[in-house]
Formats: sequence, structure tokens, C-alpha cells
Amino acid sequence: MAISGVLSLLPIVVAVGFFTAAIPISGAGEYTIAGRIRHSRAEGLSGNKAPFKTLNIKVILNAGQRVAFVRPDGYFAFSGIPAGTHLLEVVAPGYFFSPVRVDVSARLNGQLQAFLTETRRVISEPLMFEPLREEEYFEKREPFSIMGLLKSPMGLMVGFMVMAVFLLPKLMENIDPEEMKRMQEEMRNSPAPSFGSLLQGRTS
Amino acid sequence: MNIKKIVQHDEKSIYGVGFLSLSGFVVWDIDAKTGHINSRDVITHHQELSMNDLIVTESSVISLDRDGKNIVWISLNQQVLQIASIERHIPDGKGRPHLMEEHAGNIFVLKFKNQISLVNLGSSNVPELIQSLQDHSIVSLGIALPGGDKHALSVIQQVSEDKINVHIFMEEGDKIKVSSELVGSDIQRGFVKKAYLNAYTRNDRSHGFRVLVVAEDSSLSLLQQGEMVWNREDGLASIIEASTAELPLEKEGVSVARVEHSLLEWLKGHWLKLKTALMVASVEEAAAVQALRLKSTDKTKMSRDHNGFRKLLVVLTKTGKLYTLHTGDGRIVWSSFISGFRRSGGKLTMLKLLPWQVPHKHAMHENPVFLVAAKVASEENKFGLLAWVDAYSGMEINSVRLTYFIEQIIPLPLTDGAEQRLHIIIDDHANAHLFPATDESLQIFLEHAQSTYFYMTDKEKGTITGFAVKGPQTASPLSPSDGVLFRSQQLWTIMFPSDTERIVTTATRRVDEVVHTQAKILTNQDVLYKYLNKNTLFVATIAPSGAEAFGETSPEENWLVVYIIDTITGRILYRLKHSGMCGPVHAVFSENWIVYHYFNVRAHRFEYSVIEMYDRNRIDNKNMLQFMLGKDNATATLSSYSHVDLDVKTQSYFFSHSIKALTVTSTARGITGKQILVGSVGDQILALDKRFFDPRRTAEPTQAEKEDGIIPLTDAIPILPQFYLSHAYRVEGLRGIITVPAGLESTSLVFAYGVDLFYTHTAPSRIYDSLTGEFNYALLLITIFALLIAIIISWILSERKELKEKWK
Repeated sequence: MAISGVLSLLPIVVAVGFFTAAIPISGAGEYTIAGRIRHSRAEGLSGNKAPFKTLNIKVILNAGQRVAFVRPDGYFAFSGIPAGTHLLEVVAPGYFFSPVRVDVSARLNGQLQAFLTETRRVISEPLMFEPLREEEYFEKREPFSIMGLLKSPMGLMVGFMVMAVFLLPKLMENIDPEEMKRMQEEMRNSPAPSFGSLLQGRTS
Repeated sequence: MNIKKIVQHDEKSIYGVGFLSLSGFVVWDIDAKTGHINSRDVITHHQELSMNDLIVTESSVISLDRDGKNIVWISLNQQVLQIASIERHIPDGKGRPHLMEEHAGNIFVLKFKNQISLVNLGSSNVPELIQSLQDHSIVSLGIALPGGDKHALSVIQQVSEDKINVHIFMEEGDKIKVSSELVGSDIQRGFVKKAYLNAYTRNDRSHGFRVLVVAEDSSLSLLQQGEMVWNREDGLASIIEASTAELPLEKEGVSVARVEHSLLEWLKGHWLKLKTALMVASVEEAAAVQALRLKSTDKTKMSRDHNGFRKLLVVLTKTGKLYTLHTGDGRIVWSSFISGFRRSGGKLTMLKLLPWQVPHKHAMHENPVFLVAAKVASEENKFGLLAWVDAYSGMEINSVRLTYFIEQIIPLPLTDGAEQRLHIIIDDHANAHLFPATDESLQIFLEHAQSTYFYMTDKEKGTITGFAVKGPQTASPLSPSDGVLFRSQQLWTIMFPSDTERIVTTATRRVDEVVHTQAKILTNQDVLYKYLNKNTLFVATIAPSGAEAFGETSPEENWLVVYIIDTITGRILYRLKHSGMCGPVHAVFSENWIVYHYFNVRAHRFEYSVIEMYDRNRIDNKNMLQFMLGKDNATATLSSYSHVDLDVKTQSYFFSHSIKALTVTSTARGITGKQILVGSVGDQILALDKRFFDPRRTAEPTQAEKEDGIIPLTDAIPILPQFYLSHAYRVEGLRGIITVPAGLESTSLVFAYGVDLFYTHTAPSRIYDSLTGEFNYALLLITIFALLIAIIISWILSERKELKEKWK
């Protein structure tokens, strides 16, 4: 039904080679690896998160041997695959998918068994792939905070200087001028000022 | 069933047409809905038919007879065979004609040696010639016009190098309407290679046409109503080699950029900027401000800048066209074909792009020149082509056709008086030819000819052979077109056993790499001397069975063997075998380490391995007494013939992606740490710090090791999304990444090419030698201002206090 609908659209002139079974590719096989890609959270439009668009997703088999695209409902398929162990990688911008090891067994007539290599989980047919995590490509800019400014080295230095300029003289003001002169003499005689003498000076 | 062509006749039936034996047609009538065969008709001809010419239109099947003298056709309804002589209808066609695939409705095309002819097979059942076109003509596919069952076809005729004639043939009832327009085309695009027709309906119900043209340089142009509406430089999608050139120095007093014209424009610009800041500007004004910003920014000036960020990127594409891009904004400065290459016949393949003359000390006022090498393979012979192109103007200075085939081009570390770099070209008989072939360069080279060695790798045979250059032929003349011939002598050969090992990847250090420190000093006062031999080669071989079928092999049949070979003596310095691993293997070699990536079949994951080589010969240098007596060998020359005692450290890590390209950042002085740039299979560029690939990593590093910067060992290399240099972008179809040192030591320039182009800076150890763009100048100024005010206020206060004290 679908075929006639498509064909009756326009007169198509198609040049076909010879009618044979399938177009042979390297390592011709007869099995199909098919699966579905989906994301549990349908949105993902807040902030920097990339929206989950199936348009941008590519599924790559065996390190670039074959590339498949994904239908809007998330379905993809590779056909003509020989039996053995294959590696599937799903590439989507903004999301990280674990590479999947797919075993196609010849004995069980093309039954698939999939094994996520990053999380070491086994999934069986029907294959459903979900992203492991979202990838944020940009560092978040630190929001401006006064505390942050004060804790930074410049803030500390400025704070210390303000204290030295305004608070210490206030402390010194309470000392009598005679005590001040005695302290200065002591300092001239002995280079190290002793806090003990200062305290003594205050109480006396 | 022997069907060659298929056409849908109407909603009910599909016709399949093929040849039956040598002189008959077979027409199958297939039901469109059910796929049943309604009928099968055989129509035979009394002569043999040409098997290669067959087209099927909606109403007829057209073919030629074997000698190409007659057109033979059948009408699908009546199944009556009709013949018409070609000579009678198209008298001036020379040579044997062929039927072209493109047809529209009842119009079909015959291709002769000197022209193409369009023929209409209308209802009159007699083929009539519509037009014959000479010159180089490209036929587009036929299309059906919207709203009707008329068809149209277009032919693009290249009248001259810069003019093309667009002919449109449209069915109108029984007649064919022809319209032609002459369009000017850019001479630098080359000839038209393909054309595609598109039709639209104008307001007055007539048909308008647009033609999309693919030119020889792979650029796309749209032609409509006699002019080129837009064009895209899609030749940049087929870059094979890229290199950089420095821009000219900024001349004193004369600014190379366009100065802002007048005070009025400056005021207007600032008024617009103020308006956008206050959000009261209209859309056009905002666009104008944006344009102003782009124009006045420093990024796009055509002169060198202090940090070495503004450069020219010269790229060579597969079609033989050179483009030069400005790194500031990626615009094309110039692009041109190399006319010397286009004139040669045969199949042209571009080989390499090398910097030939980089004006430095002696030749400051000359423009940098690039050497482009290509090879031509035709049926008779194969030979190489060289061309020299000026990097600032794109003009071709010289081009030569060599009499031999280029195997390798080796740039030597020698330059002649005019700052031209000497190159030797190795041909397929292992002879070396010196370029430029002048007396001066010959003299310079002869001093070093005794110590010139090279090697050739043959991946099919699985051998690596080392050669030494012997003196020049005494009788060989200095031929400027072939270079000075030097014979070579075979020194050593390494043959890999072809039944167990197949060479898959080789890697060497970059020729212009700078190593800053020859020793690595550890925190426990130990010194490790790096083995810095410029003549080492890294070779990776895999088991032959694993090479083809990635997904079907088992761990037992796969192994990966890596070798480190000294290419002067042929000595194998190190050999390591990984069992259960297979390709594809990517490798990068820098300083004294190699990082390579391969696939682990047992764990079914990708892996990285790192090899670092340290020289144990020089460890005796720690002895103070020896150093004082001058008996140490710190200044001994490193020779390939001396005893080699290597301390090799290796480690492996898992990695989750497969990769397309692997390279390393390079800086001007080699002080900055390195980042390994990986082009992942998802077309993104990942920058991994070299410290992840340190073979001294352990699971629990001691305090001393932590100070060294050793990261604790994990089984896989972590991929943090912030490592992606290409952040949210994907470089579609990524093929290669090149890195160029910038003038600033902390930064390396990265250019990635594929179908998309991507350019960025990367600073592996963060930018430590210049203020970044993030530096908060405003905060600095405010702080200084505030401090000044504070100083003044406190001065006033202290003066007042002193005065008060004095008055007490």
C-alpha cells in the first residue's frame, strides 16, 4: 500500500542495475541490527542543555565502517551485517552515549545481545539506547558576590590595609604620650618590642 | 530477468526494459499495485544493438544499433520497432555517437566526438534535430515542469573560460522552445562539471528556470535570468593539505587596514553604539553597529600582530585549487587554480603543500612562497608536477613537469641566500633530486650530502628501507626542471613477515618541533634524560586477518606490534606486542613519547597507550667530580651509531570513543605543556592534557609524585565535556587537524578541516604570558580611583589631626 502511494506521486524514471538479492558490502551478511534511541526527559531546553533532536544523531558501526541516521521516532537499523561482535557508537551533540557491544549470533539466527561498555550493563532485544549523561560544554560563569570579592587576595589585602589604617590608631590613641615615649626608647635600645612591656605599660 | 531500465508509465503499470540476446528488446509490463507481471513482449531487430545505449522515456524505448549509425526505438504502446538514420538527421556529427542518460519527455541527447545534439522524438514519429552544441557542454537531468506534463532540459555550454551559455529546452505541445542566456562566470572556478535544473512558475503562468551549477573547483553557483545569484565556495570541503604563512609586517606610518574616514563617521558610529547600549536602536541600526564593530576590530587586519595570532592559512584542495584564508575571520583572501597543473593531461592527484620560502633575515621584502606538488598518472607513464605559488597574491611563479614520479619530498634544514628552503625529491627509483637547482644551493648541500639519509616505507610489501645519499653524478647537468640528481645507496632493510604482520600506521616527530628541556627533573632529585633522536620512526603493525573485518574477529587472531626504529641504522630500538588488539591505529609522536590509539577486541573497547623513552647512557652525568674534570658526556654528540641504552616506560588506558585524527599542540619554544588533540568520531575536537598519558602514573601517588604533577591512575581516560575545544560545534566530516605555534608561547593555533572548517586557539597551561580578555579592566580602574580618593581623604584627615595635636 505504501509502495503504490509513493510511486504514484510523480513519474519516476529509475535506472536499476541487475535485480539481485542485496548490494554486497564488505563482509556481506544477512543480519540486521536495529534499535531505538530515546531520552527520558522530552525537553532539555533550559540553560545550556542541547535539545534532544533526532536530526543530529548518527549511529556509527565499527569505528566508521557504516553510518546510520535516526528516524524522528528514534528508530535506526543496519542491514546486511555479518555475524560476530560489533561496536555501535551513538553520537549526539550535547549528550554522551556509551558505546555498545552487540553480539550477533549466527546460531540463533541473528539474535542480538547488547552490552554497554561504560556501565557494564546487558540489554536485550528490543534495543533501547539512552544517553548516560548530558554534556555541558561551557563552564558556568561565577555569579558576582560581595563575599567572593572579599575572599579574593585583593579583597583580603584591602581589608587588612583598611584595618591597619583605621583600627590600629584607635588602639594606639588610648596609650598616654609618656608611655609612648618609653616604648619608643625601649624599641631603640632593644630591637624587638615585647608585648609584655606594652601590656605592663597599660596596666600600670 | 534482465531488466536495465524502469519507468512508470501510469498509475497502473511499470515498464521494465532490457536486452534479450544481442538484437532484441524485452519489455516487461508489471502491475504497480501487486507486482504481478502483466505481459512480456520481445521485439527483435535484424541487426545487433549497442548494449550501452538505452534510455526509456514515458512513451518509448530508444537505443542505438551496434555501429552507431541508426537510432532504433520502440513505442511502448504499439511495440513496433522503428529505425532512423543518424546521418540523415544530424549530418555534422563526427565519430560514434552515444546516448546520454539525461532526457526529458521526448527530448534525448546524442553525444558525438565534437558536439552534442538534442533530438526530439515527438508524436510525428520522426526524430528531429533541435540543436547541436559544440564546445564543452554539460547536460542537466530532465525535469517535469510543475502543473502539467511538460518536460524541460538544460544544457550549459562553456563558450569560453569566462562565459557560459545556458540553454533551456522546454516542451510546448509538439514543438520545443529553446531559450539561451549568456552568463559571465569567474575564470577561477574552472569549467562546469554538473548542472541541475529547477523550474518555477512566474506570476503570469509562464515558467522560469534556475540552474544550479557545480564547477570544476567544487563550488556551487545558482544562475537565474542571466546572472549568478549566489555561489558557495564548497571547494573548501575537500581540503587535503593545510599550511600557514606569516602576514606582512605593518608598514610604519601607513596602516594596512582601512582607517576610519572622517570625524563625522566616527561620531555617527559612537552615537549608534550609545543607542544600542540604551536599547533604543532599531534593527537596521543594530546591524550597522555590528558591521562597524567587525570592520574596526583588529582581528581582520592584513598585517602581522604582536602575538602571532593573525596568519594566513594556505590550503590545497583535492580539485587542485589553492585557497588562502585569513585566521582573523576566515574569509578567503585569494583562491586560484594552479594553471601549470591544469594544462597537463591525465588524472591529476594533489600531493603536498610545503613552505618554500619564508622570508626571514636576508629576504625580508619578499613574499613567502609555497611549493605545491602533484602527480599525474596516465596510461603511458606517471610523473610529478611542481609549482611555486606566491602566498600574498596567489600568482604562480613557476611550474615544472618532472620526468619522474614523486615518492617523497623531504625539506632539508638548509636554506640558501634567498631564504629558499632546499628540498630533495625522492623518486620511485630511490634517486634524490635537489631543488632549487642552482649552483649556490648545490654548494650548500654538498657540504652536508654525506650525512643525508632517508627511508622509504612500502606498506604493501611490508618493508622499510633506508638509503644514504651519494655524491652527485659528475656528468649530470644542472637542470632547473628536474633538480640535481643524486644517486642513493641502500643501507638497511626491515621486512615484516607478511603472514603475521601488516604495517598499518607510521609516525615521526614534526620536523619543526622545538624541545625545550632535554631532561626531566623529578622531585626526588632524580634526572631522567629524554631520548631525543630526531631520526626515530614509530611503526604499528597488526595481524592481517584483523585488518579487514573489524566486527568479525576474535581476540586470538589479533595482535598489535609496535616498533621504534632508528632510521639511520635501521636498528629496532624497541618492540612491544599487544595481544588481542586490532586496528584502526592512530599515532602521534612528539619529543620522546608516542601516544597511539587502537581497539581492544577482548574488552571490546578502545585503548590508548603511551610509550616514553629515556636515555640511560647519560645518567652518569650526576657525578660532580667527573663534571669538574670534564669527563662527563653532557656535551657529547648524540649519534645513531653509538651504543643505545633505552629505558622505556609504557602504560595503557581505556577510552570510550573511536577517533578520526590525532595530533599534538606545538608552541614556539616548547616550554608549555602539551595537549593531545583528538578528533573524535562525533566530529568534535577533544583536548586531553598530556599528563593523563604519563607512564609514571600510579593508583596512589606519593607526595613527591603529586608535586610532579602526576594524576592518580584510573583505568580510563576521563572525558570531561569542558575538554572539547570545539565546544558545542561539530566539525562535520572531520578529516584532519593541524596545529601551528603562535608567537605567544602559551598558545597554539588549531585548524581542523573536513567538510566544515574550524579554527581556534588553545592554551594547554592556561594563558600565563598575557592578560586574557576576561581581565576586568573596569574593576582595576575603579580600584585605583577609589584608592586615590582614599589616600587623599586620609591625608587630609591626618593633616587635620596633626594640627589638632599641635594645638593641644
